[in-house]
Amino acid sequence: MTDRPIKVLIAKPGLDGHDRGAKVLARGLRDEGFEVVYTGLRQTPEMVVSAALQEDVDVVGLSILSGAHMTLLPKICRLLREAGLDDVLVTAGGIIPDEDVPALKEAGVAAVFGPGTTIASVAEFLRANARSRD
Amino acid sequence: MTAGATDDEEPRPANPEARAADPEARAADLEARAADLEARAAALAEQTVAGDRRALARVLTAVENRTPLAEPLLRRLYPLAGRAHLVGITGPPGSGKSTLVAALTTAARAAGRPVAVVAVDPSSPITGGALLGDRVRMQAHSADRDVFIRSMASRGHAGGLAGTTTAAAAVLDAAGFDLVFIETVGTGQGEVEIAASADTTVVLEAPEMGDEVQAIKAGLLEVADLVVVNKGDKPGAQRTAAQLRSMLIAGHGDATGGSLAPGRPRPRQPQVLVTTAATGDGVGDLLAAIDRHREAAAGRDRGAAQLVRAEAQVWAILAERLRARLHDDALRATTNETLRAVAGHRLDPYAAADRLLDAVDESPARRRYSREGGSE
Repeated sequence: MTDRPIKVLIAKPGLDGHDRGAKVLARGLRDEGFEVVYTGLRQTPEMVVSAALQEDVDVVGLSILSGAHMTLLPKICRLLREAGLDDVLVTAGGIIPDEDVPALKEAGVAAVFGPGTTIASVAEFLRANARSRD
Repeated sequence: MTAGATDDEEPRPANPEARAADPEARAADLEARAADLEARAAALAEQTVAGDRRALARVLTAVENRTPLAEPLLRRLYPLAGRAHLVGITGPPGSGKSTLVAALTTAARAAGRPVAVVAVDPSSPITGGALLGDRVRMQAHSADRDVFIRSMASRGHAGGLAGTTTAAAAVLDAAGFDLVFIETVGTGQGEVEIAASADTTVVLEAPEMGDEVQAIKAGLLEVADLVVVNKGDKPGAQRTAAQLRSMLIAGHGDATGGSLAPGRPRPRQPQVLVTTAATGDGVGDLLAAIDRHREAAAGRDRGAAQLVRAEAQVWAILAERLRARLHDDALRATTNETLRAVAGHRLDPYAAADRLLDAVDESPARRRYSREGGSE
């Protein structure tokens, strides 16, 4: 009964057109037994939140390479809270400088996975921290 | 999967072990739990019908995960369903189902009709994981409040849908959507379950996918109310459509419908249309044909499709319930012993089935909320 797959939204907010990493992660999490909703490129924060709400996901994973993370990620976290999705785990990946991580965590991003992170360690983090379902 | 309280959490008695030992306290706990479930279901159903999209999403999760809330929710919402037009979209992988659903949604929204989509993708038989990618083609609608898109993993269910897809479509129907598109997994030739789940079944073909012999094989094309050759801008699209038309007309003289949908109203021959979903060409005509099919079906044999759908749903639940009963405390020993007898060739499978049915007859039904956890 508690063995329902964790549902994860993988989204790419912003304007960079490079989603290899997001697709590799989506595929990798599928292989780890997650149900992964992939939304594709160039998402606005509103689109990400709308998808998270309709899909009722446990985790929102955001991949961002454009450098706009300090604008987009806090906005997504705020919109998620406003939509009543404050129990959704938010994680980020891509190119995010270490010095920005504390501010992102302050804004509501639970973890930042940089280049070189293994799929297995992401999966482990999500299993340990995603909200439980019955 | 440990951290984080959710609203699906069970109320905990103060001293669980002591209470579990006391039958009266246990009964009181079950009573309280049932009342709590009913109250939460009533609130969620009311919010869903009032247009709360967050509530709707949670109802769909409860139904999909078969949580204890699912039954009291469906008991409230099912009577409100039956107004939406449920449209099945099926066809081989890569034929353009998601793109076509997005284009049909655009056409329906231009007419002001609220649209819901249930898109099913396959679960891995190895890990149970799934990659649900249908939203990629539907992004244009993600900011529209009157479009609701939900992805579902098939979770081991064969037939092109998930086991709970029909129930999810009923929830979206009850929530007031005018059109509910049900997109199957990429299908081959035999995944025809969609015909029982939808009022109108649209079968997609891509150009140059096969010759006339493919069109006269049994299966998917037999359950089509409408056949669409998508990617109409590709060479060969018109030729494929012409081949399908000639074969479907030739083969449809005395068709009475397959055993899956006996008495199902069908056109004498399915209309064959050509669309280019990526540009929207032909999509308006397809939506008009979908609407016409429903009107025609309603005039000819009102209720036959609904009856087929009702039978499929009830039958699936009945099988599930029967299995659960056979594995409950009262019957587990009899069930295991009977199965071992069949395995050892001491009993034939037919006699075994009769013996188990008799055992169920003689065993009193357990109370509804006494099932621990209640995932079924």
